[in-house]
Amino acid sequence: MSTNPTTVELVRAVRAFMGETARPALEGHAAFYARIAENALAIVERELCLSAQSDAAAKDRLRVLLDSSLEERRDLETLLCDRIRKGSLDWQSTALMAHLKASTIDQVKIDQPKYSGLAIATESD
Amino acid sequence: MGNTQEIEAALRRLCPFFLSGGQTIENLKRLSGGASQETWAFDAVSPSGQREELILRRAPSGQDGSRSSAAIGLAKEAALIEAAARAGIPVPKVTYVCRETDELGEAFIMGRLSGETIAPKILRDPKFAGARPLLARQCGKALAGVHALKTEQLPDLALSDGLDQIDQYEDIYRSFDLPKPVFELAMAWLRAHTPKRRSNVLVHGDFRLGNLMVDGGGLVGVLDWELAHFGDPREDLAWICINSWRFGNPGNRVGGFGGLDDLLAGYSEAGGVVIDPAEIDWWEMLGSLKWGIMCLIMYEAFRSGADPSVERATIGRRVSEAEIDILNVLERV
Repeated sequence: MSTNPTTVELVRAVRAFMGETARPALEGHAAFYARIAENALAIVERELCLSAQSDAAAKDRLRVLLDSSLEERRDLETLLCDRIRKGSLDWQSTALMAHLKASTIDQVKIDQPKYSGLAIATESD
Repeated sequence: MGNTQEIEAALRRLCPFFLSGGQTIENLKRLSGGASQETWAFDAVSPSGQREELILRRAPSGQDGSRSSAAIGLAKEAALIEAAARAGIPVPKVTYVCRETDELGEAFIMGRLSGETIAPKILRDPKFAGARPLLARQCGKALAGVHALKTEQLPDLALSDGLDQIDQYEDIYRSFDLPKPVFELAMAWLRAHTPKRRSNVLVHGDFRLGNLMVDGGGLVGVLDWELAHFGDPREDLAWICINSWRFGNPGNRVGGFGGLDDLLAGYSEAGGVVIDPAEIDWWEMLGSLKWGIMCLIMYEAFRSGADPSVERATIGRRVSEAEIDILNVLERV
C-alpha cells in the first residue's frame, strides 16, 4: 500500500509550518520549545530515511559478531551488552570496535548530524 | 508559594538586609528553568535611589529536586561560595541566606556579576576575543583554588571518586533497562585502567561553560556549586574537556576555547598538583559516560511521565553524542 503524502512528506510539512509560521509567532519559553519540537521532527525525518539501511547493517554485523540468529536488534544488543559485561568481548576485538563505531556513526547521523564528534569519528576512518 | 508576586513580596520584606535603607524590589525576572532550582534576577532599591543588583537562588519548598539526588542543597551551596570568596576564587558575594520564616523556600541571595554565561557567545562573540586566550589558564588557577580549600572547614559533603561514580551511574543505567553496548564497554575499560589515586579535595562537580561567568577580561565568576563533593581533582579538570562542553569547537580541548597545557599550567602555577595530560583521558571518558547517562536520566523523566516536555523527550537522542565521544577517546588512548 502506498499512501501519499508519505510519512516523510507529512513530517516535513509540519516541520516547515513550525519553523516558518508557528515559531516566529511565539516568544520566550514557547519559542524555545518550538525550536526543540522542530528538532525532534528533523530527527524523525532522518530516521525515516536512514534507519532501514543502518538497522539491517547493524543486525548483520551483530549476528556475525555474536554468532547468533536472533531477529530483533534490541535482543542482539542485550546479548552484546551481556558479553561485554562478562568480559568475553572487549576493546581488543577489532570486530566489536568496528561494529560499535559504525552503528554509533549511523545513530549520530540520525540524532545530531552536525555534532562535532561525528566529524572526528569519520575523519579517523 | 512561588508566583512572581509572592516572591516579590517576600523579597521586599527582606530588602533592608540586601541594601541599607532598601525598600522596594524592581526588575524581578526568572532567569533559568533549572529543574530543581530557580534563579531570579532583581534589584533592591532605596528611596534615595541606591540600587543593588542581585540574584535569588531558590528551591521551592515541597518540591523534590528531580534533577538529581546529588544536589547538595542551597544552604551548603551558599557556604561553599562564601568559603571560595574568602580564598580569592572569583565568585559572587553571598548577601543573605534565607530562613524558613522568610517564605522563599530554601534560598539565598547573592550579588549579580556582570558578564556572559552562554557558551556559544563566549566562544564566538568578538566581545570575548581578548578573553578566550586567557580563559584556560584562569580556569586552571580557579580550580587550583577550589581544590586547595581546607575540607575540614567546609560543609559536610559526599565523598565520590571515579570508581564510586562508575558504580553510581552504572546502577542508574541498569535501572532503566536500555541496553547501550558503548556504555558497557566504557565501564569495562575504565575499571580495567583505573588511575592511581590522588588526594581527595573539594570538587566543584560541574565546572564548564554555562556555569562560568566571563567578561571581556576572562573569568569573573564560578557559579552553580550544587554538585560539589569531595573527590579527585582530575574530575574537574577533565569535565570541562569533554567534547560536549567544547560546544562545537573540538580543536580546543578545554571548553572549546583553550588548550589542556594552559589549563594544567595555570593549575600548577597556582599551587595545584602537577598533572600529566595523559591522566585526563580516563576522566574525560568517565565524563562522557556520565553525560550520556545524565541524558538517559532526563529522558527517563519524560518516559515516566514526571516531565512530559518535548525537551526531556528529545534530550534522550543526545545519548549517541556521548557514545561517539567515548569511542573517539578510546581510539586515541
